[in-house]
Amino acid sequence: MKRLDPFLPFVGAAGLVAVWYIAVWARIVDPVLLPSPAETFWALWKGMTGGALGMDFLMTVRRTVISTLIAAAIAIPLGIFLGSSERLYRSVEFVIDFFRSTPASAMFPLFLVLFGVGDETKISVAAFGAMLVILFNVAYGVMNARKTRLLAAKVMGASRFRVLTDVMLLESLPQTFIGLRNGVSLALVIIVVAEMFIGSTDGLGHRVFEAQQLFAMPDMYAAIFAAGALGYGLNLGFLLIERRYVHWSGK
Amino acid sequence: MDGRATTLPKTPAGPLDAGPAGRPHVTIRGLSKRFGKAVIYDKFDFDIPRGKLISVFGPNGCGKSTLINMIAGLIPIDEGEILFDGKRLNEIKFGYVFQNYREALFPWLRAIDNVEYPLKLMQVPAAERKARSEKLIAHLGVKIDLNRYPYEMSGGQQQLVSIMRALIVEPEILFLDEPFSALDYEMTLFMREQLQRVFQETGTTTVLVSHDLEEAVYLADRVLLLSRHPALVADFVHFDDARPRTDATLSAPDFIRIKAHCLEVFQREVRKG
Ligand SMILES: Nc1ncnc2c1ncn2[C@@H]1O[C@H](COP(=O)(O)OP(=O)(O)OP(=O)(O)O)[C@@H](O)[C@H]1O
Ligand SMILES: [Mg+2]
Repeated sequence: MKRLDPFLPFVGAAGLVAVWYIAVWARIVDPVLLPSPAETFWALWKGMTGGALGMDFLMTVRRTVISTLIAAAIAIPLGIFLGSSERLYRSVEFVIDFFRSTPASAMFPLFLVLFGVGDETKISVAAFGAMLVILFNVAYGVMNARKTRLLAAKVMGASRFRVLTDVMLLESLPQTFIGLRNGVSLALVIIVVAEMFIGSTDGLGHRVFEAQQLFAMPDMYAAIFAAGALGYGLNLGFLLIERRYVHWSGK
Repeated sequence: MDGRATTLPKTPAGPLDAGPAGRPHVTIRGLSKRFGKAVIYDKFDFDIPRGKLISVFGPNGCGKSTLINMIAGLIPIDEGEILFDGKRLNEIKFGYVFQNYREALFPWLRAIDNVEYPLKLMQVPAAERKARSEKLIAHLGVKIDLNRYPYEMSGGQQQLVSIMRALIVEPEILFLDEPFSALDYEMTLFMREQLQRVFQETGTTTVLVSHDLEEAVYLADRVLLLSRHPALVADFVHFDDARPRTDATLSAPDFIRIKAHCLEVFQREVRKG
């Protein structure tokens, strides 16, 4: 039985497709609203290989990656700086927590005024949301560095700077990756929402919205799956990088 | 220096150990330490003899860790002076082994890089670092694979790596705070032998905090028995049995007598609380 274990993750997916087929076959749901899996996957295949969906997919990837990069470039150094002094972090913690709790979508009108209806607005709102998530995690990662490890470095004669670069930074990496994974997920959510409603002509959000307006249900489901696959893929990507470079995480 | 620092009222160690081995290694004078209202040390004087293994034993919370942490500069002292051959801490090389090896080693470095890390801090070139770690490995007869990461090793192996990391700088003095108390019994017995071997090979002045009286006496040349805080020297017991000590030591009359004496002093101090 153990040999079948690698296939376990597919059980749920196969079950879902089976239930879907039964629902279509038994006409539990209006066939116009729920096309068959075959129709949907065909639309996904067609769209991704040469159709408009592929282009939209790439646009969303581009925006999500750019906003996450901007967020990380700001949040990681800032998080290390703030986290290296607990008192400093405590003094800005409320502000960070407040904006972290504010739905980023509520910021759209403000950013629209600042950046207009172009890509800058989408990317900057997503970057803003992701940045706070990453910042919070990096700072906590640095602050929660094991005290014994810091003392060990100190006892061996490490300067404050060496303690920061040789110990605190590495200690914070596992938590930093948690921040990056949450941050990229949030960035994707914000980008897709923005593509739906903020005067977009491309992107997965736009594709989903347009397909729905045109009542092209297989296309709509295909775009939703593409967005799901993207979110899953981005998360997995960070997880693989983490496993490779932060091998001690959770050990 | 003030007048107090030159007199040794409560110090049985100094004159007794100032034999051919020379002056005491560490001199502690007028040491005071408070945590809030709790006075842990009040004008504490003590001499640590050179080239000996000292076990520190005493009631829970009496200040054993505090003592070696102050000597090793991990926590600040309120008052007093600690000198190593008349020098300050930042002028000497010393090693410190933590009880919690899991949190003391760097999991992102391989064991061998953990061992060499202090040399890296001292900007010793890579080739020389390697030569020195190889020398240490040979010296101690270490047979474990040091290319693994700490989390891939057993607790005892990790603690051995910690001890090697402390020894790589050829310290003048080595501190260990309950180094084996997180290990299982079998590993503890093995590590005692390792530590004894390290001490025999290097002759480094060693201060070992232990909560296990058998271990404290078995490994020690001197047992420092502390009272409840404010901590005083309750007794400073000599155990001069030849090394290497073995299982037979544990049933030798001398060992049993000294252990019984330490236990008596300890219980007297506990009851006082
Ligand atoms: N950072 C601190 N803040 C406040 N009190 C402390 C601190 N560190 C130690 N103490 C107190 O000082 C006393 C001595 O502590 P220390 O850790 O040196 O005892 P110990 O002899 O090592 O005890 P144990 O046998 O538990 O290891 C204890 O009563 C402890 O509660
Ligand atoms: Mg202690």
